[in-house]
Amino acid sequence: MSTATKTIEDLANTEYKYGFVTDVEQDIVPVGLDEDVVRLISSKKGEPEWLLDWRLKAFRAWLKMTEPHWQNVTYAPIDYQGVSYYAAPSEKKKLNSLDEVDPEIRATFNKLGIPIEEQKLLSNVAVDAVFDSVSVATTFRSKLAELGIIFCSFSEAVKDHPELVRQYLGSVVPHTDNYFAALNSAVFSDGSFVYIPKGTRCPMELSTYFRINAKNTGQFERTLIIADEGSHVSYLEGCTAPMRDENQLHAAVVELVAHADATIKYSTVQNWYPGDKHGKGGIYNFVTKRGICKGNRSKITWTQVETGSAVTWKYPSCILQGDDSVGEFYSVAVTNNFQQADTGTKMIHLGKNTRSTIVSKGISAGKGQNTYRGAVKIGKNAANARNYSQCDSLLIGDRCGAHTFPYLEIKNTTAKVEHEASTSKIGEDQMFYCESRGITKEDAINMIVSGFCKDVFRELPMEFAVEAQKLLGISLEGSVG
Amino acid sequence: MLDVKNLKVRVDDKEILHGITLSVKAGEVHAIMGPNGSGKSTFARALAGHPGYEVTGGQVTYKGRDLLDMDADERAREGVFMAFQYPVEIPGVNNAYFLKAALNAKRKHQGLEELDAMDFMALMKEKAKILDVDEKMLQRSVNEGFSGGEKKRNEIFHMAVLEPSLAVLDETDSGLDIDALRIVSQGVNAMRSPDRAFIVVTHYQRLLNYIVPDFVHVLSDGVLVRSGGRELALELEEKGYSWLETSGAGART
Ligand SMILES: Nc1ncnc2c1ncn2[C@@H]1O[C@H](COP(=O)(O)OP(=O)(O)O)[C@@H](O)[C@H]1O
Ligand SMILES: [Mg+2]
Repeated sequence: MSTATKTIEDLANTEYKYGFVTDVEQDIVPVGLDEDVVRLISSKKGEPEWLLDWRLKAFRAWLKMTEPHWQNVTYAPIDYQGVSYYAAPSEKKKLNSLDEVDPEIRATFNKLGIPIEEQKLLSNVAVDAVFDSVSVATTFRSKLAELGIIFCSFSEAVKDHPELVRQYLGSVVPHTDNYFAALNSAVFSDGSFVYIPKGTRCPMELSTYFRINAKNTGQFERTLIIADEGSHVSYLEGCTAPMRDENQLHAAVVELVAHADATIKYSTVQNWYPGDKHGKGGIYNFVTKRGICKGNRSKITWTQVETGSAVTWKYPSCILQGDDSVGEFYSVAVTNNFQQADTGTKMIHLGKNTRSTIVSKGISAGKGQNTYRGAVKIGKNAANARNYSQCDSLLIGDRCGAHTFPYLEIKNTTAKVEHEASTSKIGEDQMFYCESRGITKEDAINMIVSGFCKDVFRELPMEFAVEAQKLLGISLEGSVG
Repeated sequence: MLDVKNLKVRVDDKEILHGITLSVKAGEVHAIMGPNGSGKSTFARALAGHPGYEVTGGQVTYKGRDLLDMDADERAREGVFMAFQYPVEIPGVNNAYFLKAALNAKRKHQGLEELDAMDFMALMKEKAKILDVDEKMLQRSVNEGFSGGEKKRNEIFHMAVLEPSLAVLDETDSGLDIDALRIVSQGVNAMRSPDRAFIVVTHYQRLLNYIVPDFVHVLSDGVLVRSGGRELALELEEKGYSWLETSGAGART
């Protein structure tokens, strides 16, 4: 092994910085899953009959399904009966201002360097903070309400806007879509709901910070974003989690609906506990994210920076149904130590002149395994569809791996599809070049990796890009040389 | 400034330098010449601290300190600079940003205040003008898509901004046309000062018409076979490197 490789690996041994547990009383449903648990969750949330029925349908479908194992990841079997399916902070009274938020929770956010008050004052961001499964703080709501924009927790949407929820829930990701989506549909706890009315441009970035906290509690978030005709919204999702010994299952579902001339930009920075340097613990992140460009000239952009989780399984996808609609996917996925990621996207072209762009940057360090899996499907009516895909892998050290599986299915001869792929190693020479200018190993790695990810960071809202770059540095600390 | 004693360097289990002894005082310019494969770049990289070049014997003292005891980045912050024979591309990393990070790492090390973006840009503009560096080059990724000549000029530009105490230039002349060579040499000459030393590695004596050395050393097969004044370079040009071998001057002692 070369000296540089060795140093890279030495550097890769930094502990997870955000590993702390907040001590807040939790209201936890007993361990295990059956129809009674589904009913209990629904009744605890005071849900209407139709939603309970939908959950039960999903649960029954889930029982008949088997966990998929085609992904290029391996993990210990999940004991679905050993998980508690619901946790909420026991205090649930409505809060009008941030001052009313549990000080412990606010301290947690501060430790993460995400002071809500500062965001509120400085960055014009409305933050709907999801602590575990239930929202505990919502800001800027009245300002948004003036414009007719709805931004609230999923539970509130069920109460206050049942017709919208009922119309769109499961319309993009059906309750039978896949094993984890079915599970989520049966037991989802909470999440976010956004509705942007016709012709409205959401004046601020909408953001939610998710956090897994209750021990042994699976997280089943559900997010639904609807952009009506000619509207525009940018939504930010960011996560960190406290250090845990047992693997924690996370199976979220995100559905996006863009009507004619609407634009949805969905950005994620994900930094869940990846497990320790021996591969112990860490979050299993099995997420179903899908958007539909329903109307003509609509556009959906997924941008993700995935640095956390022990196992990631995630394919934010776009169904390009409207003519001239556009789907984009920009991704940075980092795997270090024993992390495994199988991520990518699906671009399904149905409408005429639909266009999609895929830019995927995979970074592997330590013994990390990084897989890009992408599908581009061009339907028979999708005349003049265009796709451009670029998948680049960067290896740090020589014990990690990068894998690329692009799938193509073209049923219209006018389609144009381009695919570019590259794999490179952070070379001893690149490192030496930086070092010979006085730049430390850590900074050099950060710089080289950030440079590699530039095309993706460029797509993130400014303040998020800075945060993403920091996370990248943290997750590669001790991995690079 | 620099005292090299009996330096032996190994690469991939093969000894390349068999014992180099060289003393460089502040204010001096030393030229190292020699045929391809004689070990010139190996010497330069060993001085800069490339981790793949293993020092198996000898000592190197720099400003009274053991140079071999420092990592490459520390050497750089202590004022050692090497201009690469083959500068490395770093995609996506802005050249100006890179250089600012480098300069501020050094300033921090020296206990100086870090330069902010405004002051740094002013400094860059000044240096770019002296070296006739296109400002567009500063906003491109480090060396990415640069022509051979642009890369070399960028190296000298880095040197001008970082203001090292000891600069080792590894074949900076190759790949430069006459005009570029003149500009680069002028840049180097402008930086000559009583408290700065240069080691100029070159295959051709051409460069030494522009950067006039105080001493010339000839490296052959990992050994310094001749040392002398400027006239040694001219003699070499006249007689060619083969003269060294046939004259028996290359014998190890
Ligand atoms: N990284 C390396 N790996 C293997 N051999 C090397 C390496 N660098 C230099 N060498 C060998 O060392 C010798 C000297 O090379 P070098 O220092 O580049 O010579 P010069 O710069 O004088 O042309 C050559 O035989 C070359 O093949
Ligand atoms: Mg050379």
